Amino acid sequence: MDWTAFALSLRLAGWTVAVLLPFGLAVARILAWHPFGGRRWVEAALALPLVLPPTVLGFYLLVAFGGHSPLGRIFESLTGHTLTFSFAGLLLASVIFNLPFAIQPMQRAFETIPTDVRAAAACCGMAPWRIFTRIEFPLAWPGILSAIVLTFVHTLGEFGVVLMVGGSIPGETKTIAIAIYDRVQAFDNAGAASMAAVLLVLSFIAIAAAYGTARPRDIHVG
Amino acid sequence: MAEAATELPAAATELTPVATGLRVRLTQRAPIPLDAALDCAPGETHALVGPSGSGKTTILRCIAGLHGAAEGRIECGGAVWYDAAARIDLTPQARSAGLVFQHYALFPHLSAQANVEAALGHLPVGDRAARATEMLARVHLSGLEARKPAQLSGGQQQRVAVARALARDPQVLLLDEPFSAVDRVTRQKLYRELSELRRTLALPIVLVTHDLDEAAMLSDRMTILHRGRTLQTGTPREVMTRPADPLVARLVDMKNVFEARVAKSAAATTGVAWNGTVLEVAGAPAFAAGTRVCWGIPVAGVLLHRRDRPSRGEHENPLDGSVAECLEIGEDMHMGMRIDGAPALLWLKVATHVARRNRIAAGEAIRVSLLADAIHVMPWRDLARDMPA
Repeated sequence: MDWTAFALSLRLAGWTVAVLLPFGLAVARILAWHPFGGRRWVEAALALPLVLPPTVLGFYLLVAFGGHSPLGRIFESLTGHTLTFSFAGLLLASVIFNLPFAIQPMQRAFETIPTDVRAAAACCGMAPWRIFTRIEFPLAWPGILSAIVLTFVHTLGEFGVVLMVGGSIPGETKTIAIAIYDRVQAFDNAGAASMAAVLLVLSFIAIAAAYGTARPRDIHVG
Repeated sequence: MAEAATELPAAATELTPVATGLRVRLTQRAPIPLDAALDCAPGETHALVGPSGSGKTTILRCIAGLHGAAEGRIECGGAVWYDAAARIDLTPQARSAGLVFQHYALFPHLSAQANVEAALGHLPVGDRAARATEMLARVHLSGLEARKPAQLSGGQQQRVAVARALARDPQVLLLDEPFSAVDRVTRQKLYRELSELRRTLALPIVLVTHDLDEAAMLSDRMTILHRGRTLQTGTPREVMTRPADPLVARLVDMKNVFEARVAKSAAATTGVAWNGTVLEVAGAPAFAAGTRVCWGIPVAGVLLHRRDRPSRGEHENPLDGSVAECLEIGEDMHMGMRIDGAPALLWLKVATHVARRNRIAAGEAIRVSLLADAIHVMPWRDLARDMPA
């Protein structure tokens, strides 16, 4: 069992959720309630990571993060090291390939909140931030929780993009999924099996827990 | 504020109830055409009545700040809430309007108590719980504070919505079809409760409804709305018995509207030539002889003659005909009377037991009088065109 890789995966998943949650909430609210021209193009772009082969996505990210790209150069001049094959690069890639997993459940959740309920909150004199924390967030909570769990578990399990963008640097970019692949390549099936089992159980429990909590029991919207 | 100080003497002498009440002027072409004027004094209940799609709810949402009309001005409690020309458009939060939504729009995850507390942001945190309990008691919901909306009946949900709307101490109470989502028995009960409540409230109340009876029962004044235009404002009695034109007459469900021509116009009475006779109409003449007009009469203004002995108003505009249709509505028998030569049936109603005792049925010959002070003469309008079904 490669604990370094496991800890790195958890760290990556945690940071991905931390970055994606506020960003995803903002984007999901806009997509749910503020129709704008070209919305479908934005939605299509956000859904791309669902259908693109991870190697294709990883390839483009690698190009975009590389030393010849503006983004890569800016990052390098600011931090002194490259964006590719670093934890920061891995995190950015992880945020991007998790966009649909975070935004879609939250967007669906916000869409179920009736317009009149939000209008009623404004008519009650509640400030926008209070409407968000007291009304929108609790009502959208099942979807938000799904988004958190899906993002977390999906980050733990992502392989192709991580390999393309991060390589396999122990403690920096070698996640548990990469470590399992390494073990199999080294004919260490027992090592691979134990890590695969941990990942399987962890993912199963997380999703089951999210389904159990997210089931709207006494929430009747409408 | 400086401006108010310099104008104080003039303002003080002109201080009418409307100045502190609600004053709405709205016009726009799209998405829903609007040309609306509405004034509502504190303590007055004003019904906004019209068929669905006539713009009632849009006007209400404009007042609450949920929708911005293209042009117009909204004042309430002496403050300007909206003025398109001056680019004033206060947020709903800043407007202090209590709105009861058609389907109540309660916060489904919060208890009745918390729903009301959500509108008490203006009070210190420590005072909110007690105030919310008090508001719920006022709408007869003591003991149900902890219930979620889904655990309350339709009538109870409506009361929570009313308590929540009033919790802000609003400058105006706006009710959007508040009785449409409950059953008939509950509705009757809620009518009584609203009647009680409005006596204790010194703020303007705007009631949006498509139900004329509801409007007549609950409002001091009503405004008829059609395709976004406010057509007539007055007491329910005025509007329903003296509609401004045939379109309003149709909208207030005045069944008897006919075309005619003014035959004579004297100081005290007007004569209207219709179907070969001249109908005597009480009141000052508003139309010159020869003018093409429409006239209408509420069903209650048509008196059925008794066969055995004369009754009140027997001499006023007697007409003979036969019963073409009978409709029992509640405790009344509505009858459509066919008069030779008339283009449509003349409707009247009698108590059902009276109809039975007199053995009135389809085909029977009857004689009626049209009360001269119930006949209402309106400007002419083509009854076949532009009319809502």
